[in-house]
Amino acid sequence: MLNYLLRRLAGSLAALVAMSLLVFAGVYAIGNPVDILINPQADQTEIARTIAQLGLDRPLWEQYWIFLKGALGGDLGKSFVASVPAIDLILERMPATLELAFVAMAIAIVLGIPLGLLAGLKPGSWVGRTIMAGSILGFSLPTFWVGLMLILVFSVQLGWLPSTGRGATVDLCGIPVSFLTWDGLRHLLLPATNLALFELSLLLRLTRAGTREAMLQDYVRYARAKGVPERDVVRVHVLRNILIPIVTVAGLELGSLIAFAIITETVFAWPGMGKLLIDSINMLDRPVIVAYLLVIVSLFIVINLLVDLLYTALDPRLRPGHTTS
Amino acid sequence: MSAALSTTRAFVAGYARDRIALAAFWMLCALLLAALAAPLVTPQNPYDLAQLDILDAKLAPGAQSAAGYTYWLGSDDQGRDMASAILYGLRISLGVGVLSTVVALGLGLVIGLIAARAGGWLDALIMRIVDLQLSFPSILVALILLALVGQGVDKIVIALIVVQWAYYARTVRGAALVELRREYVDAAVCAGYSGARILFRHVLPNVLPPLIVVATVQVAHAIALEATLSFLGLGMPITSPSLGLLIANGYTHLLSGKYWISFFPGIALLLTIVAINLVGDQLRDVLNPRLK
Repeated sequence: MLNYLLRRLAGSLAALVAMSLLVFAGVYAIGNPVDILINPQADQTEIARTIAQLGLDRPLWEQYWIFLKGALGGDLGKSFVASVPAIDLILERMPATLELAFVAMAIAIVLGIPLGLLAGLKPGSWVGRTIMAGSILGFSLPTFWVGLMLILVFSVQLGWLPSTGRGATVDLCGIPVSFLTWDGLRHLLLPATNLALFELSLLLRLTRAGTREAMLQDYVRYARAKGVPERDVVRVHVLRNILIPIVTVAGLELGSLIAFAIITETVFAWPGMGKLLIDSINMLDRPVIVAYLLVIVSLFIVINLLVDLLYTALDPRLRPGHTTS
Repeated sequence: MSAALSTTRAFVAGYARDRIALAAFWMLCALLLAALAAPLVTPQNPYDLAQLDILDAKLAPGAQSAAGYTYWLGSDDQGRDMASAILYGLRISLGVGVLSTVVALGLGLVIGLIAARAGGWLDALIMRIVDLQLSFPSILVALILLALVGQGVDKIVIALIVVQWAYYARTVRGAALVELRREYVDAAVCAGYSGARILFRHVLPNVLPPLIVVATVQVAHAIALEATLSFLGLGMPITSPSLGLLIANGYTHLLSGKYWISFFPGIALLLTIVAINLVGDQLRDVLNPRLK
C-alpha cells in the first residue's frame, strides 16, 4: 500500500513538472517573454533592468530553473494592473470560486441521485422518460446560454433574484462566505444552479445506469425473495452498491466545476478566480494568467490524487496486491 | 451488391424505428441546408454595411424594416436582421465544428495507430500525454492555449483540434490493439505486406466505423465549446460572427429586456447541438452489435 502511495505521488509530481514545463514553454518559448512578463508601458531602461532581474539574458534551462524556484516559493510575478503579487490576487478570489463549486456540487448530488434513482427504477414510465429527456437538455444546453436565460427569467422578467455579484459575505474562520447571509444566498442561487446543471445531468445518468444494472443482480432478487420490503431493497442493497462509483465521479468532477466556473462567473459577474482569469486575459495581465494556470493545475493534480486514494480505500478490489480469483 | 443494399436497408430501418431520432435527422438536414444556402435565402446580408440601416436597430421580433421586409426574429443594435445573422452564424459554427473534428479525428487516428503498432516507450509516452491532457476539462485546455497564443479563426480551430485529438488517439489505440491480434493481421503479415500497409489498409477500416459515430457527437461538443469561447471573448473575431458571438453581443442588451438578440441565436445553437446529439446516439445504438 505504501509502495502504491509513493508511486502515485511520484506520478502526480511528474505531472506537475510536465505542466510547469508546458506553461514555461508557452510563456518563454512561444511568446516573447519580454512582452509577456514586462509591463508594455515600461521604458527602455526599465525593460533592460527587468530583463536582467528576471534572468531573461541567461540560457533557457537556467531560466526554467529560476521560474521553477519562483513558482515553488509562491513568487509568480506581479500583476501589471493591480501591482500586487499575482498569486495574492488568485488566492483572494479562490474562496468565492470554491464556494460556488461546492454549492453547485451539493445541488447536483441532492437532486441528481434521487432523480436518477427514480428514473432507474421506472425506466419506461413517463416520469423516467421525462427525467431522461431533461438530462439530455442538461447535457446539450451550453452553460453560458442557460445562465443568460436564468438572468432573463428570474432577474429581468420576474425580478426575484439579483443577476450579478456575490452579495453580503460573513467571515467563517477568516474566509468570506455568502451562504450564511440571506442576501448572499439570493446571489448564490442562480449561478450555483447554472453551474450545477451539467453535473446534475451527469450524476443523474450515472445513478440511473447503476440502478438499472443493480436491479438485475442476484442479490436484489434474493433480497426480494427473502421478503425484504422494496424500500429497503433500494436503500440498502441498490444504493449502497452504486454509491461508490458515483461518489468518486462527484469528487473527480469537483475539478471540472472549478474550471467550468470560469463561464458561470463571467455570466453572473461572480468575483471568483475564473472571472479574474477572463478579465486578466482581456487586459493582457499575463502574470495573473500564468499564476492562475499553475494554481488550477496543482488543484487538479491534488484532486485527482485524493480521489484515486479514496477510491482505493473504498473498493478493496482495486488495492495493489489484490488478486481476482 | 444486393447484400450491401440489404445492410443499408436494415440500417435505415433500424435508424427510423425511433421517431425522435428521425425528426432530429431531418432537423439536422434542414439546419445544414439553411446554413449552406444562407446567402440565397436571407433577406439581407447582415455583414454588408450598405444593407444595414441604423434606424432599424433593436427592433422587436415581427417589426417592419425600412426596406419593407419583416424582422421575424427582431434586429440587433446595428439594425441587422437576426434571422439572417443566425443563418450566417450557423455556417461559421458548423464549419468550425466540422473542420476541427475531422482534422482531430485524422490526427488521433494516425497517432493512435502508431502508438498501438509501436508499443514500448513511444506508446507509453503518447499515452501519458493523452492521460495528462484528458485529466483536464476541454474548456480549460482551450482557454490556456488561446490565452497563450492569442485569438483568430485559425487559432480557435487549432485549439479545438488540440482539445479533441487525445480522445480519438486513446479510442483508436484501444481498438487497434484488439484488431492487431486478429487472424487477418497474421494473414497479412504472412502475405508479406509492409507494417504501414497492414496498419492503414487492414486495421484502419476496422477501427474507423465506431470512431465516426463518436466524431458525430464530438461535432456538437466542438460547436458548443467554440460558442462558449466566443462568448468569453476568446473565440471568433468580430469579422466571423458565429452563434456564440451573436449571443455575446446580445448579452449587453439582455438586462434592458431586449431578449431576442441573445435568445434566438441560443435557440439555433441548442437545436443544432441537440439534433447532432440525438442523431449520434441513435447511430451508436443502431451500429452497436451488442444491442441487437
